[in-house]
Amino acid sequence: MTSRALQRVRPVDAGGPLTLALPRGALYGEALDLLDRAGFDSSEPRGPSRALTFELDGLTLVTMRPSDVPTYVEAGAADLGITGKDVLAEQHDRAVYELADLGFGFCRMVVAAPEQQEPLEAIERRLGVMRIATKYPRIAEGHFEATGRQAEIVEVKGSVELAPLTGLADGIVDLVATGRTLEENGLEIREEILACTARLVANRVAHKLRVDELDAMVERLRAAAPASRP
Amino acid sequence: MTHPIPPGTRDVLPDEMVELRRIENALHEVFSERGYGEVRTPTIEYDEVLARGDVAGARTAYRVIDEAGELLALRSDMTVPIARLVGHRYATETPPFRIHYIGNAFRAVRPQGGQMREFRQAGVELIGPDAPGGTVEVIEVLAAALDAVGLDRAVIGLGDADLFRQLLDQLGVSDAARDRILDRLVAHDLVAIEAEAGDLDGLADSDRAAIAALANLRGGAEVIERAGEIGGAAVETAIARIAMTYEALEERGVADRVQLDLGLLRDLGYYSGAILEVYDPALGHVLGGGGRYDGLLGRFGRDLPAAGFALYLERLHIAQSEENRLAEQRQPPGGAGASSSRAQSEPSR
Repeated sequence: MTSRALQRVRPVDAGGPLTLALPRGALYGEALDLLDRAGFDSSEPRGPSRALTFELDGLTLVTMRPSDVPTYVEAGAADLGITGKDVLAEQHDRAVYELADLGFGFCRMVVAAPEQQEPLEAIERRLGVMRIATKYPRIAEGHFEATGRQAEIVEVKGSVELAPLTGLADGIVDLVATGRTLEENGLEIREEILACTARLVANRVAHKLRVDELDAMVERLRAAAPASRP
Repeated sequence: MTHPIPPGTRDVLPDEMVELRRIENALHEVFSERGYGEVRTPTIEYDEVLARGDVAGARTAYRVIDEAGELLALRSDMTVPIARLVGHRYATETPPFRIHYIGNAFRAVRPQGGQMREFRQAGVELIGPDAPGGTVEVIEVLAAALDAVGLDRAVIGLGDADLFRQLLDQLGVSDAARDRILDRLVAHDLVAIEAEAGDLDGLADSDRAAIAALANLRGGAEVIERAGEIGGAAVETAIARIAMTYEALEERGVADRVQLDLGLLRDLGYYSGAILEVYDPALGHVLGGGGRYDGLLGRFGRDLPAAGFALYLERLHIAQSEENRLAEQRQPPGGAGASSSRAQSEPSR
């Protein structure tokens, strides 16, 4: 099974340009802006086409869900990839090189809870454990473990804000850009876990065997990246 | 009705078995003709004995308690059992010891992550000879093994487990900050290294930049000179050993198979000097690795320098199939000049 899956993977030296995995989702537009600034023509991937791969001049794009980017890059199905630090932190056991902070897509991973609710520590003291809903179970687990608190992590796939409103959980761990969704649902930030931006990652073997091409591409994208917000 | 097998394990059927066996035979032959005797150790050992090896990056997948109440573990690598074997069975013999093995090991990797929990490895251990001589011999055996299975395009990455620690020491980066940078290096997180270096107090900007640049520096002989340009005097002590090893490789004529990689670190706690990784352009995964572990044998009663490597057989097989396919694409069938080394692994043609 695994070996079959690996067997289909495009070889690192398939010839032709490097392959870049792009996240379809919140980062897509800004990732394409970055490619434009780096001198690539992104009109085709911006267009209405439902194609998943695009041939640019000097770069092949493969587009996918943001959380799939580390999977494709780890296996060498893409040489390079762009995805959020949140995705990389959640999948920290994926063996990929993290090469550059691309400076866009700034978000924060936070612990949030209903505005009027007592501190989470009080709940933990009273009940022995706090219940936390999240789409990022490993980040959440790591955070509460590192801060010496017991949390029961409930993994959900959709809008996490619903969990405390319905009593499924006492709080949430989620990615926040502007904070408006939290506000509109009566939630407030209690703790900040991690600042996240878009990152450029590379396959381990491509990083070793296509050194000059890859370093040149990294420099080109890095030079086109906006300065990272603090 | 189907009867399942545990996640991360697999059956091998005759067609694949023929090809895997051919690879194993080719490796066995290379190792044997260079004087590396084959050993077989128990698949299952006392947990406490294996734990002496400190294999943080190769977590034990399966532990069981036997009828006497003893905690046993399925080995997560082959090097630690062989260190035990040498400490016990060759307690008084005179080194060097040249040993090779082909066997299964088990690791606690995430199910569905694209890695198997049970996998097969072939490799050698050279116990006795010090660096750089012992390291060079192991690299020569590794290069010959790759050639024997038709992977003549494979590249051997050469790093040094102490290089970055020494470099940071030279720059006056100590304790917690140094450990954080080394930890991020193992995780291949160059963004965090750049950020950590940027946060260091009392360092010149050029030194901060040097830390980030050296972590990403890899290539041929030019890397040594380039490292000096980037890191100045601080880098000289740190790269002395890897430079010496590379020189010895050049003398033996195998340097062209080797890529110097200053940022290469592996998460097996027992590595001490040279670190090896194997890449082939036909596969996105690392084919194997190794290095020096001069402190490991001492934990089992024989304080001897040692070096070795292990190749993942399933990955070698995939890379070999892929290389053959690519070679066929490059050359029309029946065309002249079919690669001779590849032909060895394809007797059916």
